[in-house]
Amino acid sequence: MRYIEQEKVVRRMNGRMIVNRIFQGLFMFATALALLALVILLYRIVSQGAGHLSLDFLINFASRFPAEAGIKAALVGSIWLMAVVAPTSMILGVGSAVYLEEYAKKGRITSFIQMNIANLAGVPSVVFGLLGLTIFVRTLALGNSVLAAGFTMSLLILPVIIVAAQEAIRSVPGELRDASYAMGATRWQTIVRIILPAAIAGILTGSILALSRAIGETAPLIVIGIPVIIQFLPAGVMDTFTALPMQIYDWSSRPQAEFQTVAAAGIIVLMVVLLFMNSVAVFIRNKFDKSY
Amino acid sequence: MRTSVQEMIAKSKDKKSKKIIEKLIPVLLFLIASVSVLTTIGIILTLIIETLTFFTRVPFTDFIFGTTWLPFSNTEARFGIWPLIIGTLKITGIAIIVAVPIGISAAIYLSEYASDNVRRVVKPVLEVLAGIPTIVYGFFALTFVTPVLQSFFPEIKIFNAISPGIVVGIMIIPMIASLSEDAMSSVPKSIRDGALAMGSTKFEVAWKITVPAALSGIIASVVLGLSRAIGETMIVSLAAGSTPKFDGDFTGSIQTMTAYIVQVSKGDAGYGTTIYYSIYAVGFTLFLFTMAMNILAGYMSKRFREEY
Amino acid sequence: MNTATIKTKINVAKSIPTEQAVKESVYSTRQLNLWYGNNHALKNIDLEIEENEVTAIIGPSGCGKSTYLKTLNRMVELVPSVKTSGEIHYRGRNIFDANYGVEELRTRVGMVFQKPNPFPKSIYDNIAYGPRIHGIKNRKILDEIVEKSLRGAAIWDEVKDRLNENAYGISGGQQQRICIARTLAIEPDVILMDEPTSALDPISTLKIEELVQELKEQYSIIIVTHNMQQAARISDKTAFFLNGEVIEYDRTDTIFSNPADKRTEDYISGRFG
Repeated sequence: MRYIEQEKVVRRMNGRMIVNRIFQGLFMFATALALLALVILLYRIVSQGAGHLSLDFLINFASRFPAEAGIKAALVGSIWLMAVVAPTSMILGVGSAVYLEEYAKKGRITSFIQMNIANLAGVPSVVFGLLGLTIFVRTLALGNSVLAAGFTMSLLILPVIIVAAQEAIRSVPGELRDASYAMGATRWQTIVRIILPAAIAGILTGSILALSRAIGETAPLIVIGIPVIIQFLPAGVMDTFTALPMQIYDWSSRPQAEFQTVAAAGIIVLMVVLLFMNSVAVFIRNKFDKSY
Repeated sequence: MRTSVQEMIAKSKDKKSKKIIEKLIPVLLFLIASVSVLTTIGIILTLIIETLTFFTRVPFTDFIFGTTWLPFSNTEARFGIWPLIIGTLKITGIAIIVAVPIGISAAIYLSEYASDNVRRVVKPVLEVLAGIPTIVYGFFALTFVTPVLQSFFPEIKIFNAISPGIVVGIMIIPMIASLSEDAMSSVPKSIRDGALAMGSTKFEVAWKITVPAALSGIIASVVLGLSRAIGETMIVSLAAGSTPKFDGDFTGSIQTMTAYIVQVSKGDAGYGTTIYYSIYAVGFTLFLFTMAMNILAGYMSKRFREEY
Repeated sequence: MNTATIKTKINVAKSIPTEQAVKESVYSTRQLNLWYGNNHALKNIDLEIEENEVTAIIGPSGCGKSTYLKTLNRMVELVPSVKTSGEIHYRGRNIFDANYGVEELRTRVGMVFQKPNPFPKSIYDNIAYGPRIHGIKNRKILDEIVEKSLRGAAIWDEVKDRLNENAYGISGGQQQRICIARTLAIEPDVILMDEPTSALDPISTLKIEELVQELKEQYSIIIVTHNMQQAARISDKTAFFLNGEVIEYDRTDTIFSNPADKRTEDYISGRFG
């Protein structure tokens, strides 16, 4: 006796093929839905905000009147913020990655630090705001300055930069290290002259992506008390300031419908900044992409 | 000049400084690497100390068992956390209902059906979706999703749980999709080929082989998505309102834990007031929730990695 | 055959050669043992390696030949969980001495690896790397060193017009000679070569072999090779390693024509390995 009857198999096969088709369609539809959400979102914002975009918008301070509201203070403030976050987070992030990859012995302490980094990456940004409020704003008495906000944001994106830098360092072939050590180079010479130059593209790409997260973060800034209506530009890192997402948040939450247009215009500016940063990251990735 | 280079090397003066650098650098880098640990300790200590101050003013049991959250009342302030937790759960629930089917479907499509070309286009687009600041999503929820929902269901208010819930869901789709896809595509190709060679359809392979094999990885991605939804702040601050409610209503204004922290921070709750300390108590609760999720996700994905 | 007889044979082999007696020994290894964790990779190695000769180390995969080579400049210590006992004297000084810096040792002992591993830098910067890290900064002197080293590695004519190009733009054989030139730039005393031609085509291999013959006028060369013909062609002495032990060490022509040990004979006649 035969257990498999070919006729039955063929008959069932049609059904199975149809099920396969239906589900393939469903899966495709779901994927398309996610992409559609992106398209609608971008379309909405551009169509709402494009009308308000002008040179005046870029060079005006915020105003009570929607027509006059500009984004100058927020744009310059965000640049100031990045001027603190970029060096702080990169020194801390790359330094930690070098320590973990090149110096630390594989053991309890290292895996503890590693686990800690993974967990830190999952802490909500608003909680980082509470940390910044207590430590930087109050305890270190930095107030709601560029420095306090910059340090808070640096800690927020630190896990991302560490992980990216670790991956970049790990991808440097071991043969290059060996060659350097065999020439009598010390560990630090090898790191500075061979490993970091070879890993620089990955480190920069990862860091820029992390920074672009920092530039769009709002919650920690609100919690540490960064103001919104500001009619001056910060002159130094101890001055207070406002930032793009703060300004957008303020405009979005105003009741007048006109301010929604202003908010959308602000979002376009923010997205252009993000697009620019991401393009730089992609450019670096392609330009320095070395094949060993 | 047989030995001249070696002689020059021997004469070179930076030997001593080299030795000092080699001793100093590891110490310095260790200090730098400990910043991430200090950050965690700082977060936990900050939350614990300020929360303890809060509990000297509001009884602990009132906080964790109370079902009324009325912090701004002058006469009878009440700090029962449950309305905020319920608000958070409403948003998270809707987000998961949106994100899990779409995210996992997209993952299955990308790992099992899509051609390399499609994948090359879709994955970066999902990355873009993941890179959009939450404030932008919040604006989208408030000015687009809510009005659209209202046109179908007029009973939905301008601030509600549904619209931000859906948008939080959209926000976490890329995360669930890409982590699930990673899990599925790390299922060995040989297993898949084996099933295909028996005459299985792609759907049968996906449903009976890949998904079960990658299940703990997929669950980990969902749990991480949950954690992200719980901690999401700006979307709910903009679109969900600020009415802490202990009920099952989704159509009206609610408040989440994160939105409460923002509401207080925005206002002028003076330093040292009970309201000021209450944001730490709420933050601590939020921290415990997300931490539990993260540890669970870490455990699941570790189990997944051990299987392959 | 018990180990005692093997030992006597080795000792006999080591003391016999007469014309070598005048040459000074660069490396003398005494009772060297090495473990990777619990794996006993080198067992009681005793070897004398002499000046201005090419010493080949042969043996099947996993016999410890590369490990031994990497022990000579202590590169093996980069592998975690390595333990050693015994002594290796380089020019009369034990390299395991606490106050013998590895950097100092490696400045005197160069190494060429199995796979060409130039740095992702220009050819010039590759060659100048060694002098620079050891504190030579004068551009004129560096220029001289670069030219001399590239000439020494017989690749000057091929690359003199493209010194500023990335070293990855040239062929594998050329890359390997760049790596040799990089080693020559700090004018080492000894050059260790770890299967330097195993990743190369026959013509590039031939060029490297010729180069080794020239270099031995000035340098002592220790070369690990899995290619017995290569050992026979270029070396003066050959050591046969098996399972972490030195089975036989003698003049290359003796090893290949009249090996004392059955296992050496089996190996070189291709019966295993």
